[in-house]
Amino acid sequence: MASIQINNLRKTYDGGVQAVKGVSIDIKDGEFIVLVGPSGCGKSTLLRMVAGLETITDGELFIGDRLVNTIEPADRDIAMVFQNYALYPHMTVYNNLAYGLKNRGFAKAEIGKRVRKAAEILEIGEYLERKPRQLSGGQRQRVAMGRAIVRDPAAFLFDEPLSNLDAKLRVQMRLEIRKLQKELGTTSLYVTHDQLEAMTLADRLVVLSGGEVEQIGSPIDVYEKPASTFVATFIGSPAMNLLPLSKDDNNWKLDNSAVVDVKLSTDLAELTLGVRPEDLVIEELSEKFDTGLHTALKVTAVEPVGAESYVHGTIGEGSVDIVVRAPGKLHFEPGQILKVTAKPDKLHTFDMLTGKRIELQGTLEIA
Amino acid sequence: MIERRPLLSFSSHVIMVIGIIAVALPVWITFVAATHTTERMLVSPLPLLPGTHFWENLKMVLFTQEFLGTTRAPVWLSMTNSLIIALSIAIGKIVISLLSAFAIVYFRFPGRMLFFWMIFITLMLPVEVRILPTFEVVANLGMLDSYWGLTIPLIASATATFMFRQAFLTVPDELLEAARLDGAGPLKFFWDILLPLSRTNIAALFVILFTFGWNQYLWPLLITTKTEMHTVVMSIKQMLEVAEAVPQWNIIMMTSLVAMLPPILVVVLMQRLFVKGLVESEK
Amino acid sequence: MLKRVHFQPSVLPYLLVAPQILVTLVFFLWPAGQALYQSVLIEDAWTGNSEFVWFENFQLLFEDTEYLSVFYRTGYFAGAVALTAMFFSLILAGFADRIVKGSTIYRTLLIWPYAIAPVLAGALFVFMFDPTLGILAYGLKLIGIDWNHKLDGDQAMLLVVIAAAWKQIPYNFLFFLAAMQSIPKSVIEAASIDGAGPIKRFWTIIFPLISPTTFFLLVINVVYAFFDTFGIIHALTDGGPANSTTVLVFKVFKDGFVGLDLGGSAAQSVILMSLVIALTVVQFRFVERKVEY
Repeated sequence: MASIQINNLRKTYDGGVQAVKGVSIDIKDGEFIVLVGPSGCGKSTLLRMVAGLETITDGELFIGDRLVNTIEPADRDIAMVFQNYALYPHMTVYNNLAYGLKNRGFAKAEIGKRVRKAAEILEIGEYLERKPRQLSGGQRQRVAMGRAIVRDPAAFLFDEPLSNLDAKLRVQMRLEIRKLQKELGTTSLYVTHDQLEAMTLADRLVVLSGGEVEQIGSPIDVYEKPASTFVATFIGSPAMNLLPLSKDDNNWKLDNSAVVDVKLSTDLAELTLGVRPEDLVIEELSEKFDTGLHTALKVTAVEPVGAESYVHGTIGEGSVDIVVRAPGKLHFEPGQILKVTAKPDKLHTFDMLTGKRIELQGTLEIA
Repeated sequence: MIERRPLLSFSSHVIMVIGIIAVALPVWITFVAATHTTERMLVSPLPLLPGTHFWENLKMVLFTQEFLGTTRAPVWLSMTNSLIIALSIAIGKIVISLLSAFAIVYFRFPGRMLFFWMIFITLMLPVEVRILPTFEVVANLGMLDSYWGLTIPLIASATATFMFRQAFLTVPDELLEAARLDGAGPLKFFWDILLPLSRTNIAALFVILFTFGWNQYLWPLLITTKTEMHTVVMSIKQMLEVAEAVPQWNIIMMTSLVAMLPPILVVVLMQRLFVKGLVESEK
Repeated sequence: MLKRVHFQPSVLPYLLVAPQILVTLVFFLWPAGQALYQSVLIEDAWTGNSEFVWFENFQLLFEDTEYLSVFYRTGYFAGAVALTAMFFSLILAGFADRIVKGSTIYRTLLIWPYAIAPVLAGALFVFMFDPTLGILAYGLKLIGIDWNHKLDGDQAMLLVVIAAAWKQIPYNFLFFLAAMQSIPKSVIEAASIDGAGPIKRFWTIIFPLISPTTFFLLVINVVYAFFDTFGIIHALTDGGPANSTTVLVFKVFKDGFVGLDLGGSAAQSVILMSLVIALTVVQFRFVERKVEY
């Protein structure tokens, strides 16, 4: 087991495309780090650089105390779980698990012991003599994990390991991976584009965009204090509502027209106001807050999703789409006008140009 | 098919049977000829049904050197030659094509494209169009009348190389990455992963190439002079020439039958692989 | 072309391609170069000295009416073989495609002639059509046709075409059938709902949809007739009577090994090479088109 230190890593491809533009992360021993971001954000490239499958253009990579920039993947003491599992199709499950150990010259008895132990942990003991194609998706996934476990490496690297599974199995395997990692205490670096997976698995999240780190923090931190509009809309579903506001005679206006009832103590003339769907309250359904944000919502559609409903609508002149997440099965007609409100401590403010979070100290006045 | 038309469906079978009979007819006539005596085969009209001298003719063909006053290699010997040559060509082509396809797909090295095109160009230079100069090269290397001369010049194969290249390209990259993480170097990866994964392709190519090697005619004709190096396929021509004077059709047809049997067996018994090999190698 | 992931550069890839490249250099490129070189020389048969003559060998060839007629004959032969073999295999495949049960058995029973060596195919047809004894020659005589391909050049050509086409039918059948079976069933069903009967469906739906295969087979069959029929001709007619079945490959062989005309044979080799290159280019351009389908 070991810490991993990523110092200003860069990756530039032959064609001049910059996939990773200087990323630094300090991963503590035993920590579960999830790299999350949309496709093309450089998360997989970063992971593959840690694995040694991509060369490092610039920067330093330490696994433990060892600088491993130019060390072969096999010698980095890491194990990787691939998206398509990359099981050797012609080998039995046993040989799939044993192959890496054999190549490292382990004694037969030791290999057998390790394979059986890993198989026991993953409950794949009865499949050891089968070929991968005789296994279900979930079982293959376990074999892929087993191949990582038997090696007892300093770190696990996961490259979207659950994306080929169906929704139900994905939830189950997610829980198992989390449990396993805590039991083994192995430092893990996990790549996904699924924000829910990221939230539930990570000790700390690393949100990447365009090859750069947007935010590093615990899932709750990232959720509650997104560092930018990018993070705010990427983490959480439905995504955070964003209202571009500009100040006109002490009134905040949406799109320079409709006045939005909110008090913000700032000298800025324009900013982006963020509020999560679950933090918006429909006044007709609950008590009215005297403070924070008040606006009128024109309903366009209601999506009941069981325990709650997503109320879609527009505010202002109809130019900004808003989602409200409200408990229960609701019925509103399209075109109906609802009053919605949000508490001041649930409001997020971002710089309109850079998208970066702005903390307005004691800002949101009583209306 | 879609509509139930018994008549049409019946006539489909009839046409197929007629087609099969037409295609099989020459071989049936060959078989019939091989079961009669030389005397019977001199009387017109020739028989259409098999006779009783099959084993006698077979024994004569396999072990006799004399044929109408000329000496030739007994068929068991020319069959052995054919077998050695067909196997060497098939295996040789497969081995060198596997190796070069592996290099071309999995390595980036200076000259890679040059080598690729050199192999590609062999596609455009069949033996038939460069008969004389190739013969001279083989003669200068002292390879006439040898198994080396009969096989080596034929084992370069663009088709096989392309087929393996195609197969390797469909192997997921992650498999190589997983193998690298598992500590496998290039040769280990080739031997432990790539080769076992290519088994069906190898078998399919083998069927095609064995047939190709066994049926070689022009090349052995050019570079063998000693009868003990003759292949069974090429011995037919000589027999036909002799037959101009005194036909001994039962013996000639028995030899043809024996000569065509091994590749037919390989193709029919390994039909699935054969079809795969044909279709894949044309991609 | 190349894997995204690959091994570090080293001497290994060179060792891996070495056997193939060596064989290619020694037995393909060197002889081909020799053919090119000799094609611009004329060797004196007595002294062995050779003289550089530019394109005189080629000029001589194309002024030689005999060579020109061989050229045309080869084209005629290739066209006849390709059309005959493709016509019959298309019909057989069309019917086999209609048969739901047992089409594999029919396939097995049809493909094996592919494995017969051309020269053996030649021997089989020599025997069947032997003017004095051959069973088919006898049959023809019964219906009033006097068969003697050893004297009649047209009959000899016909015989060679039949034998060569016979051997190529299994190959074409296999590809036609595979192409027909790869047409989605729903397309055929849609056509029959639109009121097209089996024969109409074949010509308006199936045949247009397999046209890439048809074109591919046309090229393959022409190449086959050009270069792989040496054995058939050698066994059947030996190029005769009176050169009536001498095609290009056969003439290269005859002039080089029997006539010992080095420069002329080399020039013919060069012409053949350019033909193969042209055919390969056609074939590959077609393969590119197939990808778009």
